[in-house]
Amino acid sequence: MTHTVIDVRNAIKQYGAGESAIFALDGVSLQIESGEYVAIMGPSGSGKSTLMNIMGALDNLTSGEYFLDGIEISSMDEDQLSVVRGRKIGFIFQSFNLIPRTTALANVELPLAYQGIKSAERKMRASKALEVVGLADRMSHEPTELSGGQQQRVAVARALATRPSLLLADEPTGALDSKSTHDLLDLFDQINAAGRTVVVITHENDVAERAKRIIRMRDGKIISDELNAKKAS
Amino acid sequence: MNLLEIIRFALRGLTINRMRTGLTTLGIMIGVMSVIILIAVGNGSAKQVQSSLDRLGTNSIQIRSGARGFGGGGVQSARQRNSASATKQLTIADTKALLNITDAPDIKQVSPIMNSNATCVNGSSTSAPSTFSGVWPTYFEAANTKVVKGSYFTDDDVTQGRRVAVIGNTTATELFGTDNPIGQSVRCGGIPFTIIGTTEVKGSSGFQDGDSLFIAPITAIQNSITGYVGLSSIIVEAKSSKVTDAAQTEIQTILDARHGVKNVNSRDYQTFNQASLLTTSASNSKVFTVLLGAVAAISLLVGGIGITNIMLVTVVERTREIGIRKAIGAPKRIILAQFLIEATILSLVGGLMGVLGGFIGSNFTTLGVKPVIVPMSVFLAFGVSILIGVFFGGYPASRAASLRPIEALRHE
Repeated sequence: MTHTVIDVRNAIKQYGAGESAIFALDGVSLQIESGEYVAIMGPSGSGKSTLMNIMGALDNLTSGEYFLDGIEISSMDEDQLSVVRGRKIGFIFQSFNLIPRTTALANVELPLAYQGIKSAERKMRASKALEVVGLADRMSHEPTELSGGQQQRVAVARALATRPSLLLADEPTGALDSKSTHDLLDLFDQINAAGRTVVVITHENDVAERAKRIIRMRDGKIISDELNAKKAS
Repeated sequence: MNLLEIIRFALRGLTINRMRTGLTTLGIMIGVMSVIILIAVGNGSAKQVQSSLDRLGTNSIQIRSGARGFGGGGVQSARQRNSASATKQLTIADTKALLNITDAPDIKQVSPIMNSNATCVNGSSTSAPSTFSGVWPTYFEAANTKVVKGSYFTDDDVTQGRRVAVIGNTTATELFGTDNPIGQSVRCGGIPFTIIGTTEVKGSSGFQDGDSLFIAPITAIQNSITGYVGLSSIIVEAKSSKVTDAAQTEIQTILDARHGVKNVNSRDYQTFNQASLLTTSASNSKVFTVLLGAVAAISLLVGGIGITNIMLVTVVERTREIGIRKAIGAPKRIILAQFLIEATILSLVGGLMGVLGGFIGSNFTTLGVKPVIVPMSVFLAFGVSILIGVFFGGYPASRAASLRPIEALRHE
């Protein structure tokens, strides 16, 4: 049984006002069902990152509605939003965004700590998540002691540790070499195969090729939305 | 997430950047420490002036012959003063006249003082006491001089003109070394005296050694050394420090009548009131303390600006980290609590180290002044530094925690 994870209706995000106003999102509507693997593509300035930030509850809309798992996000206050960010969404950034001078394990534990999970269970879940991404032997390393690919995998583990309904990745391979890119995409396939919804933003075709559905954007609007012929079964 | 956990987060935050933590703590410590020590030095010097005046006896009034502006009188020899026939000398009769319960109800006791200069000899040892005086036994209490070994001389010794003497510590050491001086005999100005007591150590006040002292019955000094000339001075002890001014007026009334003084500006004697001297010095040292306090306040201010600066830079530096924490689900209040606790720990540790440093630093004598800590300054310095630390650590953190995560994340 699938249900709608993401439901964006007529979303508008406006910067500035009057004649100099810029519409980063200009009336976007989008639904994503659970278990989907979606790639959002477009040139820079097309609004894809803005859409991603809206979906991750990191930014708010100028107008329009956004439902996550059937709950309206656009009308929530800051405290409720922090709960949503912590429990429903796992976010992966281009620049990894790990807490500096803090071990891999502690980084992965962090979102669990903010949910109030006790130390023992936290450690167990965090080390399990690190095992899944293949970093069982790097738990006590700090970010500067890890390669870019390894740091991004720590970030994936951190995103997965909370068992979110949605994994959002914003240009996750942008700072990685081709070997690490390949490993990370295999990891995404594996995560999606396990039933989790994955949304990836990218401008690289070979990254988008892995997804089952590809959405293209330009000037704040969706210009195409189609199933990936190679992957669709 | 409970408080203990947030405290653990804060501690981790502090250990992550040891350099910053160390410098902030040091800044707070120096601010607090300098305030405590500077105020303690000011207070110590005030206390020092006070105690050296206390040693002189705050109830005492000295009367010296000679008109105002004629010189202090103390450094002149008795013979020189005697030749200045224009002024009437102070006499034993004057001294006795002051002991009048009706005319001078506030006077407790009096003693004439006959100063001289003499060199004392014991075998090959010599000593020239800076105070060589003939007095009555009442002198000891009026001048706040205590005999700690041996005994005082008595009224009978004065009546009989016995050649006995009480000496100070310096004089005793110069004449007898480590030997017990009591019962020994010395020759002063060629006259033999028997030592019957030594006085309590007073220490030196200014450039005068308070323990270079030789005190004998006035009759013995007059008989053998000075002759019966005018007195050097009279010392008067008032009944309490509150009535010294009244006692002074009574003295002036009695002596004006006896010396036929018609105009108070042409008195042939002067009175010196220790209490008024004390008031003057106390207010002087208060000015000193206020000045040092101002310097300390400035250093606290500079320290405070330093703390503010480090705290602001830190939060700006960590805005991105705050963004990451929010993106992975940290509620605003927990981020705020973490930063507040970090700031509190920094300020507390720095403040406590400053207080400790202040207490240690105040044990050392600076510029001849033994610092005495003012409890108020400790609370003030500690309180102000903590307030500054917590406010400037907390306020910008709360601003950063209120940003939308995406704004904080874009911060470089």
